[in-house]
Amino acid sequence: MLGKLTIDALPFYSGIAMTGALISVLGLLGAVALITWLGQWRYLWTEWLRSLDHKKIGVMYVTLALIMLVRGFVDALMMRTQQAVALDSHGYLPPDHFDQIFTSHATIMIFFVAMPFLVGLFNVIVPQQIGARDMAFPFMNSVSLWLTAAGAALVMVSLVIGKFSTAGWNAYPPYSEAQLSPGVGVDYWIWAILVSSVGSILTGLNFLVTIIKRRAPGMRLMMMPQFTWAALCTSVLIVFAFPALTVAAALLGLDRYLGMHFFTNGDGGNLTNYIELFWIWGHPEVYILILPAFGVYSEVVATFSGRRLFGYESLVYSTAAIAVLSLGVCLHHFFTLGAGSDVNAFFGRMAPLIAVPTGVTIFDWLLTMYRGRVRLSVPMLFTLGFIVTFVIGGMTGVLLTLAPAGRPMHDTTFLVAHFHNMMIPGALFGYLAGYQYWFPKAFGFRLDDKWGRRAFWAWIIGFYLAFVPLYILGFMGMPQRLERYDVAGWQPYLIVAELGAVFILCGVVFLAVQLAVSIRGRAGLVVSTGDPWNGRTLEWATASPPAVYNFAVVPHVHGIDAWWDMKQAGTAGRAPARFRDIIMSDDSSAGVALGAMAFVFAFAMVWQIWWLAAIGGIGVSGAVLSRAFRDRDEHRIPASQVEATEHRHLTAAVPTSGTPT
Amino acid sequence: MTDGAVTAGIGDQIEAEAANRAIDERAYGFWIYLMSDAIIFALLLATFAVMSHSTADGPSSHALFRLSHAFAKTMLLLASSTTFGFASVAIAAEQCRRTLAWLSVTFLFGLGFIAMEISEFHAMAVAGAGPWRSGFLSALFTLNGTYGAHVSVGLILIVVLGCEVARRGLNPFVVSRLRRLGLFWHFLDIVWIAIFSIVYLPGLI
Amino acid sequence: MAPQRRTNVTPKPYLIGVVLALVLTVIPFGVVASRALPPKQIFVVIGAAAIVQIVVHLRFFLHLELKPSSPNQRIALCFAVVLLMLAGGTLWIMFNLHDRTM
Ligand code: HEM
Ligand SMILES: [Cu+2]
Repeated sequence: MLGKLTIDALPFYSGIAMTGALISVLGLLGAVALITWLGQWRYLWTEWLRSLDHKKIGVMYVTLALIMLVRGFVDALMMRTQQAVALDSHGYLPPDHFDQIFTSHATIMIFFVAMPFLVGLFNVIVPQQIGARDMAFPFMNSVSLWLTAAGAALVMVSLVIGKFSTAGWNAYPPYSEAQLSPGVGVDYWIWAILVSSVGSILTGLNFLVTIIKRRAPGMRLMMMPQFTWAALCTSVLIVFAFPALTVAAALLGLDRYLGMHFFTNGDGGNLTNYIELFWIWGHPEVYILILPAFGVYSEVVATFSGRRLFGYESLVYSTAAIAVLSLGVCLHHFFTLGAGSDVNAFFGRMAPLIAVPTGVTIFDWLLTMYRGRVRLSVPMLFTLGFIVTFVIGGMTGVLLTLAPAGRPMHDTTFLVAHFHNMMIPGALFGYLAGYQYWFPKAFGFRLDDKWGRRAFWAWIIGFYLAFVPLYILGFMGMPQRLERYDVAGWQPYLIVAELGAVFILCGVVFLAVQLAVSIRGRAGLVVSTGDPWNGRTLEWATASPPAVYNFAVVPHVHGIDAWWDMKQAGTAGRAPARFRDIIMSDDSSAGVALGAMAFVFAFAMVWQIWWLAAIGGIGVSGAVLSRAFRDRDEHRIPASQVEATEHRHLTAAVPTSGTPT
Repeated sequence: MTDGAVTAGIGDQIEAEAANRAIDERAYGFWIYLMSDAIIFALLLATFAVMSHSTADGPSSHALFRLSHAFAKTMLLLASSTTFGFASVAIAAEQCRRTLAWLSVTFLFGLGFIAMEISEFHAMAVAGAGPWRSGFLSALFTLNGTYGAHVSVGLILIVVLGCEVARRGLNPFVVSRLRRLGLFWHFLDIVWIAIFSIVYLPGLI
Repeated sequence: MAPQRRTNVTPKPYLIGVVLALVLTVIPFGVVASRALPPKQIFVVIGAAAIVQIVVHLRFFLHLELKPSSPNQRIALCFAVVLLMLAGGTLWIMFNLHDRTM
């Protein structure tokens, strides 16, 4: 009746796992109780969960990312603590539990922090930057969100019911095959990946169509803001690369569920095929995570230097070059399929490849700042933190290639450090900068500056303390994924790394405090103009928070930095002569239902509860069919109502003039 | 882009603009979907290609494939693609009856393909050549299963859209859906060219 | 969408397409059935016929034109290029593999 699910699935095997499970369950119950107590369910449901407004969907994505960041970070902290104490001892974590943690940390950070964070920022900002009123496919957007959330929920549930995978975030066979990993852990991983990767592909498709088809009249491709360019290139990469991940995970699933022999030892299986398929996706994925951060940095640098970006075109070409190069390298895996190329060389090849366009990009930012008057706001701090770290990282990278060769660096903590150097300053700082920068756009008030600075310093100091020791340990030959060791010389470094993690913990806490303080004191942080930073691109032309339709009248664009030009020309914020009716799509519960049913389906598949899987499958199909054959689900906002809304916004705000402040 | 026949009969100008744009964007999005679906098939084909000799001492392609069978399936698909083409002609001429007739013929050809596929794979599985026998058979069943699932979805859509045509006539949204279904159907035929050229024919040399 | 509409009106492209496709199917099947050529050359025939037939399908069934007139045609062309690249790539793998195992 319940497939493989029994009472033993609860985490009785370790007190620590039990505690984690209890904390998660209590957290969930607490949230439910709080919403009930506040009587906000109806509001939450009608205004948020079933909303098809791209800005709200974006906010929900970012919320998901921040919640999962906490979870992923707790995992990291636990690993650091284990390694700090586990010299000649077992530490406090059983090996099996440690393995679950490094798998869930990496899986969560990549799929359920980085991906939703960048997609959330795209959602809030990209349509506004191109002067659009909505995404091309608003319902599909909601489906993507809820599929991603379903995947994240699956990983969270594995904390309480059953165990997560111990096979690492890339789930290499043969270890991830049924013989060596008979539990449900790898199945949780597979289904979380499958469900969320479908969501990601749909997102990529949606943004591609939106950016190509919905730009404001006059906005040629070479006039799009840098962040939109990043979104375009990222979307192309997503659409091309994610199918490979889907295929890899699906074939692994077929091996495990139906006893097939794609990647097994023997019977004609070929495990290097998995590695190649995985990296067809994995290689572009690094850039999928990094390009959006670069896009944010470009916007932040331009705005807070009060200047047009230096070398707009070279920046565009760099972004496109990074995307094309990474696809090219990804194709090489296609051709070496079955031949088993040395994938570990991946990290080595990646650095020189990215170096040239990245160099151009950083050079352009520096020149923009050099010629402008830089305001050291919090987003700017994160940007500078990134630039400095990346330049240092790049230089050590070059030094390393000069160092005597033949020292096997992969599979050591050097790789871990290098990877985090790419992912924390290279991606996460960018998202955090975007979060600080665009928060007032989404909510109409700024985030507290003081706590933002504190968070930044905690993050950057913590990053150096936590990962520089890992570079050194890599040279000393410490392997990655070690849950205990007997080399006394390593321990001091690991203790420093633990200290770094504590600093980052402060960074995470400060971000939470910042949010709380800002909400409390929002009256004093309110932005009346819609344009708090004296911005340059079109998203600052809308109200803050924007009306559902973003633009009452779709602007005509004549060049780069359209909003800046409008401010210079004095046409900014002027009421149009005539308003027209606006057609917007209706909200829909089908997206939430689809995500929920996908979760039910995936959960049932993990535990092999076939009747429940059937219910979930039928639910998913039903949700799709309920929408697939409707012609249009739209309502009309009458011109008079648009005019009233705009009037309120225009009288509240007098846009700043175009001079730098 | 503005297409008189498409917009006719949809509200005022604002609504017509929105409808037109929706149809245009859906067509564009569909091409992108096809692209990522093509990548899935390419990966499955490549996986098959590298595993085509991994028979683990089980039956090989020579023992399992029959040229006549593969040829018959190819012909069924080609015929169905052509008849869908005739349906498209009827749609352009706004002839409901003929559209329905050609869609029905297309459906029958597609159904014939699926029937052959199912009987073939059922026979293989019964004869001890199921997907769990060897890497080669895993890849073969997965590739063909994925393909068959696509064709089946196409068949379901033909039925549903046929009902739509019968019920509501050829309104612009139904027509745009039929066009996308046509793209899908022809796309599947192209994938089949790759399948018989990479799976069946080389397996019989 | 206008150009697509025009070409759709007559059955002629479909008829041309089906005849060409038929020929391009019969050739490789015939070559395999008759074993008239050494395996290597059979491979070449299969590969060439497949690629040409894909082009035929794109041209006559999907109505792809080489001169893209609208964004939709441009993305369709991208699609075709990707498709051909992937088909070519997979065939290439086959050749390689064949060489390795023979
Ligand atoms: C916030 C601070 C973070 C800390 C303290 C941290 C710490 C760690 C630690 C201790 C490991 C295990 C290293 C080992 O195997 O020996 C690890 C692995 C990993 N982390 Fe993080 N991490 C952080 C953030 C991130 C972020 C933001 C990402 C990605 C976006 C990420 C991605 C990964 C990945 C992919 C691995 C797996 C490496 C492997 O397979 O061995 N981490 N991290
Ligand atoms: Cu690679």
